Amino acid sequence: MPGDPVIDIHEGSAAARAALVGLDGKPGVSKPDSILTVDNVVRRFGGMTAVSVDHLEVQRGVITALIGPNGAGKTTFFNLITGFDKPSSAPRLIGGPKAGEAAKWEFNGTPLGMTGAAKVAKQGMVRTFQLTKALARMTVMDNMLLGARDQPGENLFISLIKPLWAAREKEVHAKAEELLQRFKLYEKKDDLAASLSGGQKKLLEMARALMSDPTMIMLDEPMAGVNPALTQSLLGHIQALRDDGMTVLFVEHDMHMVRHISDWVVVMAEGRVVAEGPPGDVMEDQAVIDAYLGAHHNTDLGDDSLLTDEVAEELAKEISEEDANTEGEKK
Amino acid sequence: MNELMTTLNAILASALSPGTAALAIAAIGLNIHFGYTGLLNMGQAGFMLIGAYAFAISIIGGLPLILAVIIALAAAVLFALVLGVPTLKLRGDYLAIVTISAAEIIRMVGRSSLLTNITGGSNGLVGNSYRGPFTDLSFLGDGQSGFGPWNYDNTGSDGWWIRLVAWALVALFSVMVFLLMRSPWGRVLRGIREDEDAVRALGKNVYSYKMQALILGGVLGAVAGVVYILPASLQADSMGRSMTFFIWTALLLGGAATIFGPILGAIVFFALRLLVQGLAGQFVPASIMTSQQTEQFSWILIGVTLMLIVIFRPQGILGNKKELSFNAR
Ligand SMILES: Nc1ncnc2c1ncn2[C@@H]1O[C@H](COP(=O)(O)OP(=O)(O)O)[C@@H](O)[C@H]1O
Ligand SMILES: [Mg+2]
Repeated sequence: MPGDPVIDIHEGSAAARAALVGLDGKPGVSKPDSILTVDNVVRRFGGMTAVSVDHLEVQRGVITALIGPNGAGKTTFFNLITGFDKPSSAPRLIGGPKAGEAAKWEFNGTPLGMTGAAKVAKQGMVRTFQLTKALARMTVMDNMLLGARDQPGENLFISLIKPLWAAREKEVHAKAEELLQRFKLYEKKDDLAASLSGGQKKLLEMARALMSDPTMIMLDEPMAGVNPALTQSLLGHIQALRDDGMTVLFVEHDMHMVRHISDWVVVMAEGRVVAEGPPGDVMEDQAVIDAYLGAHHNTDLGDDSLLTDEVAEELAKEISEEDANTEGEKK
Repeated sequence: MNELMTTLNAILASALSPGTAALAIAAIGLNIHFGYTGLLNMGQAGFMLIGAYAFAISIIGGLPLILAVIIALAAAVLFALVLGVPTLKLRGDYLAIVTISAAEIIRMVGRSSLLTNITGGSNGLVGNSYRGPFTDLSFLGDGQSGFGPWNYDNTGSDGWWIRLVAWALVALFSVMVFLLMRSPWGRVLRGIREDEDAVRALGKNVYSYKMQALILGGVLGAVAGVVYILPASLQADSMGRSMTFFIWTALLLGGAATIFGPILGAIVFFALRLLVQGLAGQFVPASIMTSQQTEQFSWILIGVTLMLIVIFRPQGILGNKKELSFNAR
């Protein structure tokens, strides 16, 4: 929570969060130190407008949650920002939108409007996918190694001579082992990624993204299908990343989790940003409640009574039983 | 019994022939495309033809051997660029369509009567017109040598010299692929084969890697084309769709995404065909099957074998069951 003195270890991160306190929580509000600034990003599929974000800023060094009912356009928004999709409002040579209305966004001071996905990632904005993209017929370790940057051995000519890249490979390897341990995948490191469970694939994808030391990491439903016991420790890990100065933007449906770790919440509905603010305030916002109740009635917007340990344990038990069942079916 | 020996002898001889080596080299190239990168190149014979024409025409034009080889390789690079630039950003099937048609175009142009002065039209170019500089390099001297059941000219048109060079190239390229695929570069290729968006999300320039793979495999195709024509003649129709099909069969038979798969596949491919042909010729009376029909029968059997492999052993003879590599995307 903003201003909570217990978990503040690093001054920078604490300052970044403190700067959010007292901000007016209206959609598109400007942040004191914005790492990502998005303008006029519109994406239409046929006649349907999936995303229409006029202005959004993401504060550097904090955890921002992007929430909203299914179909709100969160994944599409991620795709647009990271270069996997192109806005309908992108500037064009002929017949594009009017100047000032064209899509533009800036990451860490660099305009990204026409940048391909690989370049976006190289700039330090690395994402994961809602539908996991584990590289199935490669080992877990190879998946991880692929994530690292600055590998001389990835050059065709250098790759032929092992001594030229062996040193870097060793570094990368050590780093991968450390991350795998943290994500409880170390024992699986020599197995093919195809053999992992759904939750483990999510973890692998997140760990792989972290191999590149991103400036900002964008996680699309990172905890979907992950064992709740592990979720707790990963949330701690995400907070630690933030405390080390990483910016985190994540999509999540679980309101408890959003409440628990995010410093700022952005709410999307029908493609638009309908509200933003600190988690506590946003959950009470009428626009947010409307947006959610429109989609699914029994969503509980972070009722604190549900956060008790008993309930969490019960949930954990239910899910691990389910996991056990599905594992059993697979065999 | 005697006939069986003849068949076995023919099989062994063809297993060692420069043609088999050429098929193996082309399959090693296709392995870089398909086995490691997941590129569906349906026109590997087109690369062979490009290399063969570039080489033969350069030599006939009076250029030295080394320059002719460089031109053949450069032509393959250019061909790969022409095919890759418009298609590698699109879904995989586009490359398949473009490569199959481009290879056909090369063949049609090569055999067209308009170019008879240069390419020899549908008659092609005779081996003697371009073989000279290559055989001149031989240090094996004149005369014949025997080795086991084989007896060939040391240097002549289809002798030990071309065999030596052809299989040395097979070895060289196998080592090269081994070195490449154990490296981080090979890791990126395999990542692209699995899911190119995931690799893109990790900041790798997927387009550039796919292009590198297409060029490298295509260049091997061109080398294969040169090796293929050196002991024989250059005829456009000998490197058409069926050649592409043989290369695919050899690769899938031996095992894609393995180092020795393409080589073993090429050898087994020829051996199997000759074995079927030989056995059928020996044991099936001519009243049921003429020798021409036995040849057709052997081709049919090859086709059936390919189907059976894809269905029952998609990883090929050498492939890793876990990393089974027949999944076209
Ligand atoms: N490629 C596509 N073609 C057509 N419609 C799409 C496509 N991708 C997303 N949509 C639509 O856009 C809307 C937003 O989808 P999405 O971004 O996946 O939502 P969220 O991630 O918030 O659940 C949905 O109505 C979805 O059906
Ligand atoms: Mg989504």
